[in-house]
Amino acid sequence: MTVIGDIFLLVGAVFLCLAALGMVRMPDVFNRIQTGTKGSTLGALSVLIGVFFHHPDWWAKLVVLAVFVLVTSPVGSSIIARAALATGLRPWHQAEDEETV
Amino acid sequence: MMGLEIGILGGIAVALLGIAVLLGAARLVLGPTVADRVVAADILTIITTAALVWLALVQDSAIVLDIALVFGALSFVGVVAIARALEKRS
Repeated sequence: MTVIGDIFLLVGAVFLCLAALGMVRMPDVFNRIQTGTKGSTLGALSVLIGVFFHHPDWWAKLVVLAVFVLVTSPVGSSIIARAALATGLRPWHQAEDEETV
Repeated sequence: MMGLEIGILGGIAVALLGIAVLLGAARLVLGPTVADRVVAADILTIITTAALVWLALVQDSAIVLDIALVFGALSFVGVVAIARALEKRS
């Protein structure tokens, strides 16, 4: 059980790190919202599952935290994307950009 | 002194979370628009929430889970407030 929990914790940390890497690498606000929200949601859920394998008696608070992450993360990203669109930002196209990454 | 026994996997996880926080902070500093900084702050708060849950496991105290829940709720409210203000201003 403890080994499974450690593996889940490690996978969660890897996905959180990949989400932050996508924040730096992506060319646009909308792409950053995409990678950051999805990667961090999966990473946080994986960390919660890993902690559950270590401490099964904490399941109630862990379920509350998981539902909270699953609800607030898409809502927050949607609101940020709408605000970014309202401020005049437009999605990035590769053809318009001279210096491609 | 509180004993923190995290092992080799825990050490790797802490290093990855530290790299993630550094990358998110880089986008928070560099971001060309306000929306970039808001997204970076959102991701940093999710990373911090996961780190708080992990800290609850390391310290073996369920109180830190409550702290993580309150931190996540307040950060969500903050992100929504900044985004709404940005939308109204434009």
